[in-house]
Amino acid sequence: MNVFDSWALSLAVLVPVIGMVVLAALPKAQEKAQKTVALATTLITAAVGFGILSRFDYGAGRKLQFEVDHSWIDVINSRYHVGIDGISLPLLVLSMFITVLCVIYSWDHFPEPHNPKAFLMLMLVLEVGMNGTFIAQDLILFFVFFELVLLPMYFMIGVWGGANRQYASIKFFLYTLFGSALMILSFLALFFRAGNTFDIPTLILNAGDAIPHNVQLWIFGGLFMGFAIKVPMFPFHTWLPDAHTEAPTVGSVILAAVLLKLGTYGFIRIALPILPDAAISWAPYIGGLAVVGIIYGALGCLAQKDMKRLIAFSSVAHMGFVMLGIATLTDFGINAAIFGMVAHGLITGMLFFVAGSIQERYQTRELARLGGLLVQAPKLGWILGFCAMASLGLPGLAGFWGEFPAILSAYQPAEGLSEGVFRTYMVIAAVGTVLAAGYLLWMFQRTAFGTPKEEFAKAHVHDVHPLEWVAWAPMLALIFVLGVYPRLIFGITDESVRTVSSAFRAIGG
Amino acid sequence: MLAYAWVIPAVMVLSFALILFFGKRLPRKGHEIGLAAIAIAFVLSSICAVEWVGRPADLTVEPAAAAGHGEPQGSGEEHHEPEEEAGHGAEESGQGEAAEHDATPAASAAEEEGGGHGGEEGGHEAEPIRKPVVREGTWFENGPVRINAGIHMDGLAVVMLFVVTLISLAVHVFSTSYMHDDRRYTHFFAALSLFTAGMLIMVTAGNTLQLLFGWEMMGLCSFMLIGHWWEEKNNSDAALKAFFTTRTGDIGLLVGISILFFAAGTTFDIATTNRAALAGDISHTVLLAAAAALFCAVIGKSAQFPLHTWLPDAMAGPTPVSALIHAATMVVAGVYLVARMYGVFWSAFDIGGGGINPIALIGGITVIIAALLAFVQSDIKKVLAYSTVSQLGYMVMALGVGAWTAGIFHLFTHAFFKGLLFLGAGSVSHAVHSFDMKKDMGGMRKAMPTTYKTFMVGTLALAGIFPLAGFWSKDEILLGAGENGYELFLVVGLVGAFMTAAYMTRCVYLTFFGEYRGHGHPHESPPAITVPLIVLAVLSAVAGLLNAPGIELFSEWTENEAVLLAGVAHHEFSISTAVMGMAFGLAGITASYLYYWRNLGPHRLTERNGAALAGYRLLENKYYLDRLYTDGIVGSIKGPIARGAYIVNQRVIDAVVNAAGIGARKAGNFTYDVLDQKGVDGLVNGVGLTAEEGGSVLRVLQTGRVQQYAAFLFGAVALLGGALVLFT
Amino acid sequence: MYLNQFLLLAAFLFSVGVYGVLARKNGVLVLMSVELILNAVNINLVAFGAFHNTVAGQVFALFVIAVAAAEVGVGLAIVLLIYRNRQSIDLSEVDLMKG
Repeated sequence: MNVFDSWALSLAVLVPVIGMVVLAALPKAQEKAQKTVALATTLITAAVGFGILSRFDYGAGRKLQFEVDHSWIDVINSRYHVGIDGISLPLLVLSMFITVLCVIYSWDHFPEPHNPKAFLMLMLVLEVGMNGTFIAQDLILFFVFFELVLLPMYFMIGVWGGANRQYASIKFFLYTLFGSALMILSFLALFFRAGNTFDIPTLILNAGDAIPHNVQLWIFGGLFMGFAIKVPMFPFHTWLPDAHTEAPTVGSVILAAVLLKLGTYGFIRIALPILPDAAISWAPYIGGLAVVGIIYGALGCLAQKDMKRLIAFSSVAHMGFVMLGIATLTDFGINAAIFGMVAHGLITGMLFFVAGSIQERYQTRELARLGGLLVQAPKLGWILGFCAMASLGLPGLAGFWGEFPAILSAYQPAEGLSEGVFRTYMVIAAVGTVLAAGYLLWMFQRTAFGTPKEEFAKAHVHDVHPLEWVAWAPMLALIFVLGVYPRLIFGITDESVRTVSSAFRAIGG
Repeated sequence: MLAYAWVIPAVMVLSFALILFFGKRLPRKGHEIGLAAIAIAFVLSSICAVEWVGRPADLTVEPAAAAGHGEPQGSGEEHHEPEEEAGHGAEESGQGEAAEHDATPAASAAEEEGGGHGGEEGGHEAEPIRKPVVREGTWFENGPVRINAGIHMDGLAVVMLFVVTLISLAVHVFSTSYMHDDRRYTHFFAALSLFTAGMLIMVTAGNTLQLLFGWEMMGLCSFMLIGHWWEEKNNSDAALKAFFTTRTGDIGLLVGISILFFAAGTTFDIATTNRAALAGDISHTVLLAAAAALFCAVIGKSAQFPLHTWLPDAMAGPTPVSALIHAATMVVAGVYLVARMYGVFWSAFDIGGGGINPIALIGGITVIIAALLAFVQSDIKKVLAYSTVSQLGYMVMALGVGAWTAGIFHLFTHAFFKGLLFLGAGSVSHAVHSFDMKKDMGGMRKAMPTTYKTFMVGTLALAGIFPLAGFWSKDEILLGAGENGYELFLVVGLVGAFMTAAYMTRCVYLTFFGEYRGHGHPHESPPAITVPLIVLAVLSAVAGLLNAPGIELFSEWTENEAVLLAGVAHHEFSISTAVMGMAFGLAGITASYLYYWRNLGPHRLTERNGAALAGYRLLENKYYLDRLYTDGIVGSIKGPIARGAYIVNQRVIDAVVNAAGIGARKAGNFTYDVLDQKGVDGLVNGVGLTAEEGGSVLRVLQTGRVQQYAAFLFGAVALLGGALVLFT
Repeated sequence: MYLNQFLLLAAFLFSVGVYGVLARKNGVLVLMSVELILNAVNINLVAFGAFHNTVAGQVFALFVIAVAAAEVGVGLAIVLLIYRNRQSIDLSEVDLMKG
């Protein structure tokens, strides 16, 4: 094992930490230096990510790679165990990638009250938490990283947010913390019931047999609450629109692109493989909530007057598709879910970027006041259109591969699940795609088509800035490339997903 | 070339990208790229067509009834795989013809079987067909399932390639002049390229997933092009309406594809699906559900009753786009889907059984109601739009009554004359800057002789007059309906033929005859506009001969495995049906002609001819119908029916669509305001509020006085002490 | 040996102390009343200790005396500060800790 392999994952977490320390040491006045340090840090992290991508053994996606296993907290037998497989890799890279773009975007877009030093430091802390969550193979380690992202996001919303920021940030913090409390309870239950270990691979081997079914159900329930709130699934979603609406642009982007994925990732990494029996019992309800979320999120979108809030609500619908895929417990469904996570990260991230840029230009996000964006800033307008199309699941763009396979897989869920129920879900989800087209195009029509309203008719509106191009072009390109050649993701995830889904076939048959 | 047909859509996609990124900087604003690309695509398609025609017919397929093909499929497929890989590799390394391989799995299986039982089945009169050319590579894998992408070239695909590229070429040339000073000239050509690419991807697709790609790409492009002048709200509304309506149908497509994916054994492959459906490997319930779902998509995309309302609104787009949408792309996609997945529809709806079935019924209803509506339009494009809806109804009906070749053939011929008519209408409107026949046209035949002549050819072809294209294809549909036990639809077809002829005559009269009612001085359009008209006019005149009795090349070329497996019947040309169809068409023209002639000429003429005409009453109905355009007589049946239908169309069906939208919005508002903000969120806030309220109650107790605290302390101790004494 | 008279004495002292703590307004008097309560406890401790023949009661009484001394020291300091700030040691006026 060469040096890079044994250090790569630790570097993914350490580099941002070091960057943060350096940033903290810099005097407050030297903004340029601060930005450079932050950018360099994220770039180095991303370089590590590329190293991982290039050295990842794609043929052996089933097993953990770049694995490191050191003793950490002996008292509770918790170890510093990190490693990635095909499920974590796309998300890890996504998280690294998005952070770089966010630093670039915020270069001269720092929201009030400015203070780039603190802002960038928070962003690096976020990256530590996000990367860490995707590489952790120990429940306590996972929990630490999982919770680590809360604090910087809380401050980001609470300090740099919009008018109603305090309400939103506290709601976000408390709501997710509530879920985490139940989640840690479940972790403890797993620890005591399945052989005094927090090690995820070991638990996957043991827990299913060691724990009686009714106890499994309860433990799964705790995990469900923790992850479902993070996702967020209907009816635990109400923190999301508030948080998104109030958060600064970059905060919204990171929130949508990566933070929401922590929940769905938790399902695939922890809840399903460790407790497959319970997963089968829970799956119909999860699927039900998912399709309710799809329709409900879409209806919520139709009622919005604020652009950012609309996009936030659309996340509820999109994550519904992801959860529907997971609930089917099949290869297709879980692959689709991972693809959906990445796609949603890119697309909704882009939508928030565009919404942020629109707000910056017009000082409003009210749909009723906007209009004629295509006249005043045609490129920005078409980018919005492109993202809207991607978001509504147009084939050829990334969003499609999260949606359609999820619908497809619902036709034939894993053995032990009711086909009738899931086929109903399938039809409802398909109806959801039409509603998605409805609210997204409606939004596009209101903002981009027509002519500018009187109050902005004479305003000078800048089209896309060069810096924005730098930050957006990679995302736009990826949305397109992934849409045309989905194998880029399916090829990575497929092997690992089979290990997850194989548990279900074994039980059913 | 057949094996490299994937190049054709690729050229158009490339053209889209090039125009998008570099078009604005080019001297001709990007149309040179679009024109070059579509010209290349057309040439390549023509080469494909020639190769296909020259391909030996060496694949024998017996109808499913004769041999059960179910079992050998699995082995056939596995056996097929390494070959496929080899083909793909060779494709990349660019080795020529050697890499070409063909044969679908079951076809080869059938061959093997045929070889094995040669002695027994030698007597079968199975007609050999050309093997489809299949080239596929792995797109992606998911669990044990491998999804391929590639091309599946058979007669149907080749015909469609040819038609689509030809019409698109004509539209491109036409647009260079028609759209000359447009606000977004470059953007228009980029979208046109992508639109064509979408259709080409769809027709070359060998699996449903890829078909869905092309299908939705067209949805996107129609959205962009119908809303081309998006500054006006009407246009963007129309664009949204088109997208939503078709997307509503697409629920069915998503569901149908999903069902068939599993029903056919986790594959998207269309040929396999068709075979499985025809061999009875799929339970009838599942098949019925899948077919019904897919048919929803067809209703949406091909503007069939009751989802046809978007198509007339789509006239908000530029005229060349209308020509492209109506003639060769987008709306015929639905018809193509039915034709492509014919095995599924055939088995599910028992098309071979005769009587009545949903496809034929929907098609038949559409033929009539759309034709009725065409009578009351004053916008020339709307007449043509309703005419398209009606003709699409014919095609769907043809497929529904088991006349597969006829349906496709009508699609083929219709593309030429409808493209011609739309471009002709565009040419006229280019001259008078309006689409209103009543207000701004009339007498154009003098000012625009070329446009007039070509438009006349198109009209006659559409009306089904011998020997123009429409006559042959319409005749085949009528024949199929009559011979396959669908007599009701034979009647519908005849009535439709009559109405088609009549409303087109009216349209021609209003546009080209009478006095010029507009302002300004219209003159003939430039060559970029007239040349495509002439080319299309020639094709509209002769294309029908391809399948004329004695020639019948078209049916031979398009002969397709699924259709043969299903055992779709071919019928001999029948003079009586042809004469009947023709008579109805002529009757329509005559009726219309007399009516307008009478209005212009001496008063008595109608009375004289009216008695002579067999369809006197029908004429009278028409008489009343046109009261919208003349200050004449009221009280016919058609007028109110047509207007009633139009009102139903606008107020009921459209209202349902709108109401669904408003309802969804209201429901959204309700969910958001009441359920979400007050209910779900209220619960969350309620928890916080309870804590707060509880705090404010307790707050009263905290007076800050030490002695009061002490009093509580002692009181509590006393209580607890008392409790201790009492309860222990 | 009779335990009762000690307990009665202690109860009497305790009651006086409680009365003083609850009813008097003068801070110093309240502190003195607290001393009464503590001493009532001391009597009980010593009495029970003697009754059971252990020294534990006396040891605890000594602890209480030490703590009481410290308590009075701190208490008087607080009272003094309150007096300096407000020129009064009326406890009913001191409600800064009101919620």
